[in-house]
Amino acid sequence: MKKIWMGIGVVCAVSLVSCGGGGTEAPKADAGGGAAAPAAGGAGAVPDEANGATITGKVMFDGTAPKEKTIDMSAVPACTRAHANAPAKSEEVIVNDNKTVKYAFVWIKSGLPEGTTWKVPSTPVMLDQNGCMYKPHVIGIMAGQNIEVKNSDPTNHNIHPSPTVNQEWNESQPPGSEDKMKTFARQEVMIPVKCNVHNWMRSYIGVVSHPFFAVTGDDGSFTIKGLPPGTYTLEVWHEKYGTQDQTITVGAKESKTQDFTIKG
Amino acid sequence: MPKDSSNPMGNAWLHRYSVLVLVCTFLLVIAGGLVTSNEAALAIPDWPLSYGKLVPPLEGGIRFEFAHRMLAATVALLTLILAFWIQASEQRLWLRRLGWMAVGAVLAQALLGGAAVKFVDPKPLSIAHACLAQICFGVMVAVVVGYALACPPEDQHQHWQAKAYPTVLAATAILLQTALGAAVRHNLTSAIPHIVGAGISTALVMWAGLGILIHHMEDTLLRRYATLLLSLTFVQVFLGVAAYMSRIATADDPQPMPMMIGFTVAHVAAGSLTFGAAVALALIVYRDARPANAVLAHGGMAVA
Ligand code: HEM
Ligand SMILES: [Cu+2]
Repeated sequence: MKKIWMGIGVVCAVSLVSCGGGGTEAPKADAGGGAAAPAAGGAGAVPDEANGATITGKVMFDGTAPKEKTIDMSAVPACTRAHANAPAKSEEVIVNDNKTVKYAFVWIKSGLPEGTTWKVPSTPVMLDQNGCMYKPHVIGIMAGQNIEVKNSDPTNHNIHPSPTVNQEWNESQPPGSEDKMKTFARQEVMIPVKCNVHNWMRSYIGVVSHPFFAVTGDDGSFTIKGLPPGTYTLEVWHEKYGTQDQTITVGAKESKTQDFTIKG
Repeated sequence: MPKDSSNPMGNAWLHRYSVLVLVCTFLLVIAGGLVTSNEAALAIPDWPLSYGKLVPPLEGGIRFEFAHRMLAATVALLTLILAFWIQASEQRLWLRRLGWMAVGAVLAQALLGGAAVKFVDPKPLSIAHACLAQICFGVMVAVVVGYALACPPEDQHQHWQAKAYPTVLAATAILLQTALGAAVRHNLTSAIPHIVGAGISTALVMWAGLGILIHHMEDTLLRRYATLLLSLTFVQVFLGVAAYMSRIATADDPQPMPMMIGFTVAHVAAGSLTFGAAVALALIVYRDARPANAVLAHGGMAVA
């Protein structure tokens, strides 16, 4: 009878080894740029809007805009009711009327003077769960700045950001409960956020260790103000189309235009 | 107190009950697959309570995760009862041990599931949870089949051992294959290792299964289980292709689509069945099978 045990043992042992060794997870700490930020409202440099440089631009879309995808919310009546007039559409790719892209995240990826600590705004950035959608779909914050997570819906949400260099968390927020104040300590572009109750709910948070970033809106434009003179890598990030970098040099009080084109 | 296992009524009911536990375990595997495919694993961020309550608001993804938790609790309880029952009425030591092994596997599985929730879905834990689910099912199959089979006379043993290796190898390959599948499902690896593994395990299944068909065509039980294993493996490969294609076809959709969920969960479930068939076949080959009713008729010899 011993042999049967050996057989089963081998099967189990092999499988345990294979499962246990299933993955080496990326280290959660210090894998990305950006030191831990000071607490919100603390000391630090602020952008010098009077003497600094300004970069403005548009994120253009080249090609035919993909068809908008309708979200099926029928699994949760409370969500369907919020969209009684028109069904909700996916916000993954939104091409504006002027052929620009909404919800692109533009930021200074590198080139800022080393060693400067930037002041963290004391006002939180709102992330609202409204109609079983995240409003807005993409936000930018500074490391250490508060995100105010709100549930405006008559339904339960769980908020689950999955960062790679910041701390991961997952919390529920029943209807009518208090807003949650949340921060991320390290720079990370971008952190996907998901709700597992409503599996279509997805948003992105760009966490930057300085204040030079912007999210494009209905006109696809962005403005970054108060930059110290220098040469920078400017990056645009889009949920579906990935990232693009541009190098740009600006002097004091200079205004430059730098457009991006995303190929659809 | 080990009683005489020749009591036909006791045997019949224990056998039926073990089949019931097996079926529930299979349903639990399906429930778990539905959780993952609906991306609902973290819809309930707390454990063992759900939204701080015994019963959470049953909305959206919460329904899948909660149903999975309830079914898991049921299976754990059923398995525990089974182990006690076998302990009390069965003389074969290895079978009693197998019953407790099933309990251990199910409890470990519950802890892994809870840990996956507590530590916010770390990939290795979730993958381990998926692997252990298959092992739970495999052990339950071994309990059911082992209980239903009589022991061969000792002299036949040697003869059968050598024959068991191909099927044991096939079972191991399928288990590894389900582990690779879980790694794909939880985005740890690409599909390539899993596809390569499918080739290897299908080859091993054919080696084991066709070998049995060729040499033991006259043995009904062996023939049936070998055919079952071969057919399930082919179905599984088909479902794997379907799951893969539906995954690609719906990649741009804003949420998991029913077609993708259907094929994928069917693939997970059929994976369990394939592994179960391999375990059953290995045991039957090993034990020189006689059908279940032979146990009942002859009062299953106890050789521990
Ligand atoms: C008791 C026996 C249990 C069995 C046989 C079982 C089985 C499974 C299976 C087969 C899956 C699918 C894995 C995959 O799709 O790759 C799964 C997923 C899951 N199970 Fe269980 N389960 C059990 C207990 C539990 C318990 C007690 C919990 C507690 C919360 C739990 C939580 C989960 C979660 C969160 C997932 C999703 C994992 C992910 O997607 O990352 N399970 N389970
Ligand atoms: Cu939600």
